[in-house]
Formats: sequence, C-alpha cells, structure tokens
Amino acid sequence: MRLIRSFEECALRLVKSGEIVGGIHPYIGEEAVAVGVCAALRADDLITSTHRGHGHVLAKGSDPSRMLAELCGRDTGLNRGRGGSMHAADVKAGILGANAIVGGAAPIAAGAAWAAKRSGSDRVIATFFGDGALNQGVLLETMNLAALWRLPMIFVCENNGYATTMATASAVAGSAAGRAAAFGLPSLTVDGMDVEAVHAAAARAIAAARDGQGPTLIEAMTYRYGPHHTIELRVRLSYRSEEEIERWRRRDPLDIQGARISAARRSQIDGEIAEIIESAHEYAKSSPDPDPKEALAFLYASGMTGRGGAADG
Amino acid sequence: MAKLSYAKALNRALADELERDPSVCVLGEDVAAGIAQLTLGLAKRFGPERVIDTPISEQAFTSMATGAALCGMRPVIEFQIPSLLFLVFEQIANQAHKFSLMTGGQVSVPVTYVVPSSGSREGWAGQHSDHPYSLFAHVGVKTIVPATPSDAYGLLVSAIRDDDPTVIFAPALAMGIREDVTTELVPVPIGSARIHRQGTDVTVVAVGHLVAQALAVADELAGEISVEVLDPRTVYPFDWNILAGSLERTGRLVVIDDSNRSCGLGAEVLATAAQEMRLIAPPRRVTRPDGAVLPFALALDRAVQPGPDQLAAAIRAVMK
Repeated sequence: MRLIRSFEECALRLVKSGEIVGGIHPYIGEEAVAVGVCAALRADDLITSTHRGHGHVLAKGSDPSRMLAELCGRDTGLNRGRGGSMHAADVKAGILGANAIVGGAAPIAAGAAWAAKRSGSDRVIATFFGDGALNQGVLLETMNLAALWRLPMIFVCENNGYATTMATASAVAGSAAGRAAAFGLPSLTVDGMDVEAVHAAAARAIAAARDGQGPTLIEAMTYRYGPHHTIELRVRLSYRSEEEIERWRRRDPLDIQGARISAARRSQIDGEIAEIIESAHEYAKSSPDPDPKEALAFLYASGMTGRGGAADG
Repeated sequence: MAKLSYAKALNRALADELERDPSVCVLGEDVAAGIAQLTLGLAKRFGPERVIDTPISEQAFTSMATGAALCGMRPVIEFQIPSLLFLVFEQIANQAHKFSLMTGGQVSVPVTYVVPSSGSREGWAGQHSDHPYSLFAHVGVKTIVPATPSDAYGLLVSAIRDDDPTVIFAPALAMGIREDVTTELVPVPIGSARIHRQGTDVTVVAVGHLVAQALAVADELAGEISVEVLDPRTVYPFDWNILAGSLERTGRLVVIDDSNRSCGLGAEVLATAAQEMRLIAPPRRVTRPDGAVLPFALALDRAVQPGPDQLAAAIRAVMK
C-alpha cells in the first residue's frame, strides 16, 4: 500500500511537471482494495484493471520502474510507451490490461476464466471495476454468463462513491449486491479501507472460484481522496465536500494497517519504498523515447503496415 | 466432383479447422442447432465444449472471445445478423483490435467474426440488412468478403489461422452460389485479390455477391466493351498492386460496392486510383446511396442496392 501511495504521489508530481502527459486517475485512498485482492491471488492468477489501474498493476507484481516509464511514455515502459496510464498491461505478471471503457474488461476477464477452466488449469481471474460499471449492460451480461458457466473469476467492485462526479446514490438503483443476487451470485460487502478485511473476503471468494463453485462479487466500500482525473486539479469542481474527504481520510488504509505493525517496521518500509520510487523515477527519466517511425509498430501481430502517415507525400 | 455451395464451403472450412486445431472453438447464438448454416452438424461432431451456444449477450461473448484468445484459444464468433456488428463495434474495434498495439506487442487477439448472411437478404428491412465492411476497413480490422465457395473456404481457413482479429462477411446473396470444385480446397491468403475475367477496356472492382453480377454484366457487354473483373476478396488490407496492374492495362475504373457511398470502400478505391494509378477517364462507383437504410418493401430494398443496370451504365459512361 505504501508502494502504491508513494507511486501515485510521485506520478502526481510528474503530471504537474509535465513529465507525464495526459494526466492520470489517481488511486490514492483505495490502496487496500488492490492489495487485499492481489495478495490473495497466486502469481499465475490473472487480473483485469480499470482506468484507475496503477494500484492493481503494482499490487499484482509489476515492476514500478517499468510502470512509471510507461506513464512517462518511454520505450522501456510495460507497453513500450504504447499504452500509458489507462492501458498498462503486463501479461507475464498476470495483468491482462487496464481498460479505459467502464465495465469493458469484465467480459475479457470472463473469457480468460473460461479458457482457464477449459484447459483444466485452476487459475482464477479477478476483474476490478468501479461503481460506475454497475450500470453498464456488458457487466450485467458478463455476470449472467459467469454465473451460468460457473467461471473461475471474482468480480471486485471498488465502490468509491462516485462515477466521475455523479454520486452512487444518484446513479445506482438497487445495489451491487442486489445485482449479484439477481444472477444467483454470492456477494460480500467489505470495508475497502481495511486491507485485512478485503483480503479475507477475497481469499474466500478466490478459494470458492478455484474450487469450481463459480464467481463471487466483492463490493469494497472505499474512497478516492484526490480527483477523478488530474484534469480536475485545473478546474475546481464542487461535487463533494471537504468534510466528506476528511471523514474518509481519518480511516486511511495505510494508518489502519500501519497500526498493526511496529513503528520501526513501518518506518523501515517507508524508507525502502522511497528508494524504490526514487530509482523508478531515475529509470523512467533516463529511458529512451520510442521512435516515432515505429508509432504503429505492434498494430498487427503479423507486422502488417498500412498506408499514410508521416512518410506519405 | 459435386458442386459445392458457398454456405457448405464455410461449414467445411470451420469443420476442418476444428478438426486440425484444438484451440479453435465456435461461440454464438443458436450455433448448436446451426440455424445460420455455418455450424450445421458441428455440435454433434465436436461437442458442446467446442461449439458453444451463448445467450443473447453479444457484447459479453464478443469480448469473452478476446479474453479467451489472450489465453491461447482461437475463437470463432458467429453473428446471425450483420447489424449486430454495430452493437459489438466497441468489443471489436475498440478492444480486440487495439490490444496488440496498446500492450506494445505483448499479446495478439486471434478471433474470427463471421457473418453468415450479410447485406440484404430481401425482406428483412432496416435492422437486418446492413453491410458494414467499409466500417471495419476504416478502423483497420482485417476484413474479408469472399465471392465464391472456394474463396469462402480458403479465406475462412486463413482468417482462423491469422493472429489478428478478422471479420468475414458472407453476403446473403452469395450463400446459395454453387461452384464446381475440381481441385483440393486450400487456404487463400488474406490481402490477395483475384481477377475473375480479363479485359482490356475497363476494370470493374466488385465485392462479394456483386462479383457474380459484374461477371454477368461483362458477358452482356462482351461484344461492345472488354471488361476485366477484379475481386479484392479482402477489403482490408486491399491488394493495391493487383489493381495498379489492372489499370495499367485498362486505364478505366468502375467500382461496384454494397456500402453506403460516403466514406465507403468505393470512395477509397477511386481516391487511391486517382492519386497513384493510371486512369485515362474519370472513374465511377456504383454503391448504396449516401446514408442508406434498407426499406422493407422488396421494390424499395432493391432500389437502394447497387445493381447490374447501374453497373452497365457506369461502364458505358467511363468509355465515353
């Protein structure tokens, strides 16, 4: 969690300095969800992530240096500078990609779960999505299919109270758990600020999925302290109150978990993470930019290229 | 050898690939029963684990194929109705197609989307009669429209073996075409066109079921005009070399294309020919009208589709 928090703080600085172009959707405040779920997964299990995906990618085990290089658009980035913040993928680490369409990754996760089941593997796939995805048809279609076919996956709803600026109460009729129940899926609603609570629920859901009992929905009640996207830092919006933010900050996931370990251990972790982040920033800064002549490299698996572009007369 | 129908050729291609490669599977609505002919008999032969009936959830099962492809499967998705491609444009154009580039080449998405009955099937009206191959060509998804049974066989086999997402349109008005097949059916490379008839005056580029119409028109005009009929077979990537070679001989071009006119395949072929190839007369295209929605009544449906009379008139016009 400290790694994710510090990574995001660094990324925010780099957005301000212009080293990260296009901005980010910061994960600060929600760290316990990614960490609690990913700590319950095996290394060969898979995840799909969201536009607010840095936390998932780091928690699943990606190299922070290559992740930061990706945000900076470098050729050494996870996606060789072709994906950026919203599309970070690290297939070797089991990350099938962050996805910029709300709810868009859930069926992809279901397909991976279906392939795992067919191949006889006992892999489990976790698909993360926000409360905003609860109103996307494709997510509901996916829940139906996943329940029907008892796919080895878990649905992780990070309910941070807002779909961009729209409060969940104004957007969602019924509830996440109610949607799960409609498809016969069990659900667990957990305190998303407490990593141990998330981990316990995730471990239970993952074990059930691995055991052939099908998917579970976990709804983690959480909060983002920062903006939906860094573009908000330039436009002052008033969809939530400072008091509300402060109320959630008082239940900070790092403090809740930090209180469970010794002060010495906590400070040791903080020190180690500071070094990792410093070295990630150095790595990203010193990495080469991708070659514009190869802007559309990787578009086709076959290496096919189309007409047009800078070389055209 | 017996005559092979276009529908049977697709069915045989799929069966051969299911037999050859255990990672190939078929997902779609009513595929076990085989209502659209593509999968007829395959559920019985390969079982429900390989030929999978899905509920009516096109968006979910289309992206499920992407997820399965990321994990080593080679799914084939059947859409009974061409207009469903609009519903899953997000899942094909925005997800499957973009994964290879966005991940910096970490993955490929070998999914084949088949529409066994695209375009008008007469009497099915506005939401079952679209032919949106130009739309997929525009976004850069590999897009195939076979005209003959042997090409339908060979191109479906190639699409399934290809590592990129590929959409294959089987025009409803071609599904009944039969062909004497005297040689072994073989894969046809994606991106290679075929000249069905050689000629010296005009090159007619015809797509899908319109190839047969173009050949009939060429026969009719034979005493008067020598028409070369070129079938791109793959609309993206397009075989520009073979078109350039044909225009070196004829210098005149007509495209017959079942797309709406604006930004359709015909527009691209004319623009490329005008920019890069030998033309001695202004080229013409015969298409659906701008922004066409197929109306129901048969006379209206036909009035909106490109047809042989318009083609003959366009050929005569480029000869003037």
